[in-house]
This record gives sequence, structure tokens and C-alpha cells, in this order.
Amino acid sequence: MGRKESRTGNLRNTLLALVLLSPALLLFLLFVVIPVVQAGYYSAFEWNGMGPATQFHGAKNFVRMFGDRIFRTALLNTLEVVAVSLVVQLPLAFFFALLVGRRKTPGEFTFRSIYFFPYVLAEIVTGIIWKFIYHPRFGLPTVLARLVTGSQMEIGLLGDPNLAFSAILVVVVWKYIGFHMILYIAGLQGVPKELEDAAVVDGATNSQVIWNVIIPSIRNTIIISAFLAVIGSFNIFDVVWALGQGGPVHSTETLVTYLYNFGFRRFAFGYGSAVAVVIFALCFVFNLFYQRYIVGGQRNA
Amino acid sequence: MKGLWRIATIGVLLLASAALLFGSGQQQPATEGPSGGADNTVTISWWALSGGGGANDPRAEFRKKVIADYEALHPNVTIDLVMLENEAFKQKVQVSVQAGNPPDIFHSWGGGVMIEYAKSGMLRDITPLVKNDLSKRIGAGALGVYGYNDAYYGAPYDMGAVGMWYNKAIFKEAGVAVPETWDQLLAAVKKIRAAGYIPIALGAGDKWPAHFWWSYLAMRIGGQPAFNAAYNGTGSFADPTFVKAGERMLELAALKPFQTGYLGATYDDEAALMGNTEAAMELMGQWAPATQMADSASGKGIGEDLGWFPFPAVSGGAGKKSDVLGGGNGYVIGKDAPDAALDFLSFFLQPKYNMELVDVENIVPVVKGAEQAVEGNKNLETIINAIAQADYYQLYYDQFLPPAVGETVKDAVVALLAGNVSPAEAAQMVQDSWEQEQ
Repeated sequence: MGRKESRTGNLRNTLLALVLLSPALLLFLLFVVIPVVQAGYYSAFEWNGMGPATQFHGAKNFVRMFGDRIFRTALLNTLEVVAVSLVVQLPLAFFFALLVGRRKTPGEFTFRSIYFFPYVLAEIVTGIIWKFIYHPRFGLPTVLARLVTGSQMEIGLLGDPNLAFSAILVVVVWKYIGFHMILYIAGLQGVPKELEDAAVVDGATNSQVIWNVIIPSIRNTIIISAFLAVIGSFNIFDVVWALGQGGPVHSTETLVTYLYNFGFRRFAFGYGSAVAVVIFALCFVFNLFYQRYIVGGQRNA
Repeated sequence: MKGLWRIATIGVLLLASAALLFGSGQQQPATEGPSGGADNTVTISWWALSGGGGANDPRAEFRKKVIADYEALHPNVTIDLVMLENEAFKQKVQVSVQAGNPPDIFHSWGGGVMIEYAKSGMLRDITPLVKNDLSKRIGAGALGVYGYNDAYYGAPYDMGAVGMWYNKAIFKEAGVAVPETWDQLLAAVKKIRAAGYIPIALGAGDKWPAHFWWSYLAMRIGGQPAFNAAYNGTGSFADPTFVKAGERMLELAALKPFQTGYLGATYDDEAALMGNTEAAMELMGQWAPATQMADSASGKGIGEDLGWFPFPAVSGGAGKKSDVLGGGNGYVIGKDAPDAALDFLSFFLQPKYNMELVDVENIVPVVKGAEQAVEGNKNLETIINAIAQADYYQLYYDQFLPPAVGETVKDAVVALLAGNVSPAEAAQMVQDSWEQEQ
């Protein structure tokens, strides 16, 4: 009897869960699962986006993509954003967080706001502001170079295929550093003061406190922040687009600007879908890897 | 058993919710559809380009006035006007066309994108209207931009020309006369640079301003036959004409005629250099003076100092100096548009309105009888004459060719300027893309 009761109870619970979940599930299905499957389907066609896709292409879109020099540039640039985010942006954000988020310092609030400010700006606005900062005739690099050299030189970073992407990376770091700083500040506030004090009493230096007490204590925050940074980097678009639409000569193309330039602008939606599939696969594989080995590994530890 | 139950329940729930969602979606058109029945009312959707002017956009005000005039004459017709900024329009229209639901009347530059829509059956064939009515008012060259395979899908209200805009004061200061030939242009560039000005402003970051140079050079070197041969497949975009166009372009680029960082500059940067008297020339369409004004520090541009001359001849070239590269603005008709939409298009293309558009939008009028609106505007008069005298009128390559090829042309030209590809490689890029689209 008791067993049967629990079974109907289970069934009722399952039903309730389903009823409560179904709206979210349905939206997820409609706006995530189905589009992903569709993109996978269309990636096998040559299709201009109008009417049904009829010209079956097999794996040709993928062959073309991996053979395309510009796609490789886009992939390398995207990986470069990932690397710079992890190696430059996150440590800097942590450093800022230590400066303004650990203990009450004068002007702490002001500096926090200043560091956070770029993140509040819309991406396109950021792009326009930095177009002015980089302007060849009155921009910052030109003015500085003129001060130093005393000559009437002009520096057009965004117009130079060799330098444009580095210039964009500076903007990316500038833009998102505040976001990660805020995450770290939130993490730092959860570190018990006693731990730090105890370490200091034991004779630990400041850097020893940071390395051996603070960083292990906010490991979870670091893991989340790195995850967001990597996924964000894979999907980076607006800032890059506003600063040069992937140009000059495709030197600043990222995966998503590549998709836009070669899918949308050329009415090649089959090819665009193939690119989207690759971006999705990259994010998905990274996600699996991260959940399994970084987040999961930490849970076991 | 339990697993099956779960799956079945999920399935039923999903289906039920999906049915609800789609069901309610489908009911909507029935209640607010245009087929009002007895009173015979018709609603026309019209998507037009705004000038980005915000609340009191003169382009919107003008169109609202035309609609009011029309609706007064036809009380059963309602016209819904949607004004969109250029980039927003392109994306929105693409989405609506792909959904199989194009607006009844919408902006189009003609050429490749329009052909793409027409091939997919998204546009209404309005050949009878064009042949019986519009062709009496609008020249065949301009109408041709909206035709494909002997059928017409729309009509222009503006058709201009790309040409050299120049600063007369800078030319005078540098001691340069208006160049007639390519070699004279090169000589002028050297003199202007020596006088301390930027000889040519170019927004190559937007790509399309740069592709005008290559297109015009190809037109002057090979003329209409070279382009038609490549287009018809009897020749190729890798033919000597297009390679030579690249070589000439590098010849110019070697003189460093453009501003620093021009590869990353936008068209607005280009216009600002002209409007602020920093650059001496730009190769641009009929709208150049208005943009120079808007982008100049003073808000006034260079006024009377601004002159216009046709793209110089290339010695030994097969093309005539009178051949014109250009394009304009117009409207096409969506596949499900009611007849009233055609009637309204014809109404819109009256000389009266076309004349008003000269002030509202800086157009080059195409409707016969509207030319008088540009009287006194010397530059526009010159342009209208140039178009009238052109035996060969070529729509911009990036509009005329299929979208993918148009993009490749622009890419190839910028890559050429950046020194990434040779003239032969640039031409081959275009040909490869062209073959892929066939």
C-alpha cells in the first residue's frame, strides 16, 4: 500500500513538474533547439534564404569554410580574443578588484564606478567613442605621437591591417574589464575577514595572503568569470563591427562578423548556417569540457 | 513504464501549447486583414528610407503629404507608411521577404538584390504599368535598372551619376586645371599634395566608395563590351580590362593620394574631409554635397567652391568619357500587392512630387518635366546632362551584380589598395565569385 501511494505521489510530482516546466521548455524548444537543428539542416544547402532550400550541397559549405583564408583569420582572431580575455583582462580585473573592493579606501566608490562605466555603455556607442579616440587626424595616438616626435605625423591604427585588431583588443579589454571586476568584488566580499587576519598573524606577506587565502576562497567566482569571458569572446560582434565591420581587408574579422559578412551580406544563408554550426559546436564543446573538468573537478575536490 | 509516461506527457503538453501558440497567431490576420469586404477598403504597406532626421524627418513629412493627397482622392485606400534608416531597412526587408511576406511598396536600388528577390517570386511583375504608363514619363535607361529578363518590378524616382567632386579653391591654389585624362589626374594629385592638401578623400573602410574607382577604370578601359562579355559569359572578369583597372588604381595609390588611415575610414570621414576643405577631390554620387554639408564642422560644406567633372578618360581605353556609372532610388512592388499599390506608385511619380523631392532628398529627378527643379544648381544640371548624354549607363557594380559578387568586388578593391593581392588576383577573385553564383 505504502509503496503504491508513493508511486502515485511520484507521478503527481512528475506531472506537476512538467506543467510548471512546460512554458520554459516550449520556449527553449522553439527558440533554441529548433533553430539549432534548422541551422544544422540548412548548412548542407546552398540557399539564398528565400523559399525552400533545394540545392543540396552535402559538406561542401564546411569544406569551403575550412579552406577559406579569411575564415582562418576569423578563427585565429576569435581565439586571440579568448586568450587576451583570460591572460590580460581577467588578471587586470582582479587587480582592480583588489584595489577598490577589499577594504574601505578613500575614493573607492568613485574608482569602482569609473572602472565599471565602460561596461554600462552600449557596444555600438563604445565603438563610436573609440573611433574618435583612434581618429587618424585628431585621435589620441596621433596627438601623443606628435607630442613625442614633434612632427606632423598621423597614425591611423584602424586603417592598418596589421594593427587594427590589436587596437580593437584594447577596446574589448577596456569594455568588459569592469564587469569582471564587479564579479571579483562580489567574491572578495565573501572572503571571511578572520581568514586574512589569521594569515597575517601567522606572518604571511600581502602577496602570500592574496595567493594562498584570497584566490582559493574566490575560486568559484574565477571559474564563472573565466567561463563568461570565453563564451563572450566566441560570440563577440558589436564592438568589432562598430570599429570596422571586420575590415580593413578582413583583418579584424571574428567568427560572428565573418558569419554576418559572408552569410547575410551575400545572401548565402546555407553557408552562414554552416558557420553558425561551427560557432555553436565550439561553444558547446568548450561548455562540456568546462563543466566536466573545471567545474566538476572542483566539486570533487 | 514511468519513463514512457513521462515522455508521452511531455509530448502532449508540448503539442497542446504549440497548438495554442500557433492557433492564436493565425487568428490575427482574419480579424485585421485588408479584405474588408463590402466597403472595398484596401490597405497598402509602404516602406521608405528615412534620412535619419529623427522626429521631423522631411522625407517622412513629404511622404505623409503625398499619402494624404492620394487618400483624399481614393477614400477606400489606406497607406501605412514605415520610415526606416538605411541599415535597419536592409535587414528588416530581408527578413520580411524571407518570411514570404514582403511589403506592398518598398525601397529598392534595383539590380542584383532586386533580381534575387524577383527570382524567388517575391516581387510583382508590373511590366504593363511600366510599358503603358511610366515609360512615357521616365527614361528607358533609368527604368532599366528596375528590369530583369524583359520584366519590370519597380521604378526609380531618382537616378544619378558618380563623378569627381572637387574643391575649386584648392585646385586654384595648387595651380591645377580640371583633369581630362587619367594622366592629368595623376599629375594633379602630385601638385595638390605639394600644396599641402589631401588630394583625394576616400572612405575605404566602407568599401563601396573605393569600388567606384575600380568600376570606373574598368568602364573607361574596356567600355560596355568588356563588362557585357564578362556578364554574359563570353568573357571574364579576369580579362585584361579588369586587370588593367587594378594596375591603374595601384598607379594612383602609389602617389599616396588618400588621407592617412583611409582603409579604416568611413564614407562620413570622407565627406567631412571635403566639407572641411581638407581634401581636394572625391569620387562620389549625386548626394555628395548634402553629406559634405552635414558632416562638415561648419554645417555648410564648401558651398560655391564645390565643382563636378566626369571621371577622366584613360588613354587607349575603349570606353567613352561620357559613359556613366551611377544609380539611384526607387520602389519595387511586393508579390501580394493590390492593384491600388501600382496606381499609387504611378501617382507618386508625378512631375510635381519629383520636383519637390529635389529639395527634400537631393535627388536627380527622372520624371519628365521635373528637371526645371534643379535650375540654377550648376552641379546638378551638369550631372543631368551627363546622364542624358550617356550611351552606356552602368548601375554600380555592387548593386548590379548578385550580392555575393558585389561584396567580392568591394573586397577585391580594398585588398588591392592594402597591397594584399595583385591586380590579376583581384580580378580573379571577382571572376571566381561570379562563377560560383552561376
